[in-house]
Amino acid sequence: MSMRTPLKEVRRLGSAKEGADHFWLQRLTGASNLILVVFLIGLTVSLVGADHATVKATIAHPLVALLLILFLVSAAIHMRIGMQVIIEDYVHGEGAKIVLLMLNTFFAIAVAAAGGLSVLKLSFGG
Amino acid sequence: MAEANAKRGSTAARPLSPHLQVYSLEVNMVMSILHRITGAALYVGTVLVAWVLVAAASGPDAFAYVTGLLGTWPGLFVLFGYTWALLHHLVGGVRHFLWDTGRGYDIASIDLLSWATLGVSVGLTLLIWGYVLLSAGGVDL
Ligand code: HEM
Repeated sequence: MSMRTPLKEVRRLGSAKEGADHFWLQRLTGASNLILVVFLIGLTVSLVGADHATVKATIAHPLVALLLILFLVSAAIHMRIGMQVIIEDYVHGEGAKIVLLMLNTFFAIAVAAAGGLSVLKLSFGG
Repeated sequence: MAEANAKRGSTAARPLSPHLQVYSLEVNMVMSILHRITGAALYVGTVLVAWVLVAAASGPDAFAYVTGLLGTWPGLFVLFGYTWALLHHLVGGVRHFLWDTGRGYDIASIDLLSWATLGVSVGLTLLIWGYVLLSAGGVDL
């Protein structure tokens, strides 16, 4: 889905260098988060007080594992571009801004990877 | 501002509020910044989810340690806050989707939607926690 004007398509020089793509991705991942957050809350409530073996067995279920991984990916993308906007709004030094934007990306990927790897281990590991 | 306007030859009567002397805090402003604050809080919340998953994958001891921490009063407070932030941002997100269709921009709707966002998020949070605390499983305190 492209919301660019033809001129923007050529220039690609908006303040965030991304323009409408960013807006759209925030909505897309917002919509997927909507579903996945409801799932996450339901899963968590159902596991309150459960012991480790039960939690492991539940997360090892393919459908639960899939939805958890989708949550981690969707949330990571959404929170990364959301935090990018916050940084761009409040941090004006060019150097500090670039460093923070880099850390933001690293951090989002690291969190999703750590969570995702754990889900895989709970699914496949002995 | 005034100079710039004069240069452009604009004599339009521009709105003078918000202004320091006539500033009035409206519920929609609070909801607007709350969407950003909860978004930032959820950033940390995702770390919490990943942390619990890593602990579960690390084994029973690590898992017991983390759930033990989360079961303390400060831990429960964090989880309660996370629940509310999730739901508030979620309901606020739906409000954004409505706005994206071009609807709900008149003052009455904005005020109503602002209060509704707060009411629904607080209501759902209390419902969920009421269920967790009162249901058979309950929380070990
Ligand atoms: C793990 C869950 C979530 C995280 C970590 C998260 C994080 C964020 C962050 C950091 C922002 C930027 C705030 C700002 O720019 O002021 C944001 C914005 C946004 N979020 Fe979320 N969010 C989550 C869930 C959701 C859900 C469930 C929805 C939709 C129902 C949603 C819809 C939106 C929308 C529409 C915006 C853009 C608001 C704007 O344009 O001002 N988010 N989110």
